[in-house]
Amino acid sequence: MRKITLAPLFGLVMLAGCEREQRQFEIPPAQAQFAKPLHAANERNAYALSQGKTLFKWFNCAGCHSNGGGGMGPALMDDHWRYGNNAEDIYASIMEGRPNGMPSFRGKLNEDQAWQLVAYVRSMSGWARQDAAPGRDDSMYPGKPENMRDQRN
Amino acid sequence: MPAARADEADGEWRMPARDYASTRFSPLAEITAANVRQLKEAWSFTTGVQAGHEAAPIFAGGLLYVVTPYPNHVFALDTAGKQRWKYDPKPQPSSQGVACCDVVNRGAVYDGGRLYFNTLDGNSIALDARTGKELWRTKLGKIELGETITMAPLVVKGKVLVGNSGAELGVRGWLVALDAKTGKPLWRAYSTGPDKEVLIGAGFKPFYGAERGQDLGVKSWPPEAWKIGGGTVWGWISYDPQLNLIYYGTGNPGPWNPEQRPGDNKWTAGLFARDVDTGQARWFYQFSPHDLHDYDAINENVLVDLPIGGATRKLLVRPERNGYVYVIDRASGEVISATPFVHITTSTGVDLKSGRLQYNPKTQPKPGRVVRDICPASPGAKDWQPAAWSPRTGLLYIPHQNLCQDAGTYETSYIAGTPYVGAEVRMKPGPGGHRGEFSAWDPVAAQKRWSVKENFPVWSGALATAGGVVFYGTMDGVFKALDANSGEVLWSFRTSSGIIGQPVSYRGADGKQYIAVLSGVGGWAGTIVSGEIDARDGSAALGFVNAMRDLPKYTVKGGMLHVFALP
Repeated sequence: MRKITLAPLFGLVMLAGCEREQRQFEIPPAQAQFAKPLHAANERNAYALSQGKTLFKWFNCAGCHSNGGGGMGPALMDDHWRYGNNAEDIYASIMEGRPNGMPSFRGKLNEDQAWQLVAYVRSMSGWARQDAAPGRDDSMYPGKPENMRDQRN
Repeated sequence: MPAARADEADGEWRMPARDYASTRFSPLAEITAANVRQLKEAWSFTTGVQAGHEAAPIFAGGLLYVVTPYPNHVFALDTAGKQRWKYDPKPQPSSQGVACCDVVNRGAVYDGGRLYFNTLDGNSIALDARTGKELWRTKLGKIELGETITMAPLVVKGKVLVGNSGAELGVRGWLVALDAKTGKPLWRAYSTGPDKEVLIGAGFKPFYGAERGQDLGVKSWPPEAWKIGGGTVWGWISYDPQLNLIYYGTGNPGPWNPEQRPGDNKWTAGLFARDVDTGQARWFYQFSPHDLHDYDAINENVLVDLPIGGATRKLLVRPERNGYVYVIDRASGEVISATPFVHITTSTGVDLKSGRLQYNPKTQPKPGRVVRDICPASPGAKDWQPAAWSPRTGLLYIPHQNLCQDAGTYETSYIAGTPYVGAEVRMKPGPGGHRGEFSAWDPVAAQKRWSVKENFPVWSGALATAGGVVFYGTMDGVFKALDANSGEVLWSFRTSSGIIGQPVSYRGADGKQYIAVLSGVGGWAGTIVSGEIDARDGSAALGFVNAMRDLPKYTVKGGMLHVFALP
């Protein structure tokens, strides 16, 4: 009796043991499945946007793009985008670099930081929520802050 | 005076400064103060390149040569403006992202049937001047580290002298001598680091005590900071054949934020005299020790022999970024005089005993604070744009700025291939409200003889001629001829774009005197137009935009060579 009840359980254990190891031959784009909602949340999140703004200075983005006006790199506060202003485009610009001089920051930033930067970069031209975008500046930039540059409506 | 290699009557213009003494003086005298009003455009040539055109056209062997900003195309034109050949070096596009202040090129040099020039991505190239065929190409810089090359080389005794750019990205400066025949490096002198690598040895005899000591290029920095300390060599080189010395300056130390690099930061922001055969340093003088404001010391060194204190002395006259015209004994490195030529708030003078610039503590940058009314601003009283010397008038014609700035500094981290600056700047017009000036300077009397105020910084080079006429261009696109004695504007011509190039003069195949200049606005001052910068951000382009917001109303970008002659 005992032998009969144990047999199917034993079989189940054996079967599980036979399951083949899964191999990933294709590496999916980084966190693609939840990048979009994560990014959408960042653009509504004052903390993420202000982190993005801090990283923008710490990682020398400001060295080339200034406070959005540009210099060694193109302006980011205007409506002209060489490589597109979708979140994914900006993410790719930051992580992979671009051929005309934008360096790759992969390995320097983690993905969360990169998405925070993406949200902040979009806020520079008014593509983040006004009640979440930074409202003041530690720099000498005298113009309108990011939360006054609304482009979304 | 060390004259040009060719005789005085020679109608050629083989190097950007025309001669080793860097006079930019043409001995041609057909165009005079009396007839210059009849000057007409003979022909023009479009380069098809949009960035800032800072180069000097070169005229040699009956052909006119032009090198453009990135992508560094080289054109050979005949005296009617017809294209003879074109050369495309195909520089790496990513070099555009590490050029601090527009993707400029300051020109080529002709020597012995060859044309030598540098590319933005760090190559030095020799071409057959007749055919445009590449003879050699030597890769000198690493753009991954932020290294570019924008300067015009100088060829001396079979050596091509080339220096790097990129102090805004923590690049370590150097000057290299290449064998003109093969392109092989013969010696390389760094601007920071141990004496061995700076080529400082037994023959090094600086005039002032501050320059004496072992390995100052290491000891005057925090540990390891010299490795990313700037001092790039992106400006002008002069050569004195009698003393066998070359003279060139070194750029700003990196980063701009001075708090991160206590010490004198040798051998940045100063002037080297070196033996051209070995590269060994003879003397050094630091214009801006422990530079506080990005006062690169790469300006031109005009070698003249003048009577000072009763005797004729071998001199080097140098209008410096920090606001003083220096008169220096070019054999010893002694500063004879240093006289302000613009409004200065950053220093109170130069102590001639110690040679040391006396900084004003009130305008010293402090982290977390905005320091206001720093004069001159970061591009200095005068940036790269070279002055011209006329032996006829004894005057130095200086194109320059009248800019001040407010600045804040902050700690910055070094990430290879990205800016290493740590300063935010906002420039503005200096006293009087005009942003530029063209001044005639008497180095013997140490005073300004006359000057013309300009709305925008005068970012073009100057040209002096034996006909008693001097030339320069403005950033809003007006090319001007002035009476060399009085400064009276005698003639002007509106070009297709703002002028930041270097005017030259040559004798054409028809025996007539021609004046040639590139228009094509850009450079650090004009990048608001050439780089399409958003004028709402005054801190853009390292703070220059704040002073140049209105430039897009005056001019558009695009390179064109203009050639003028009397009818």
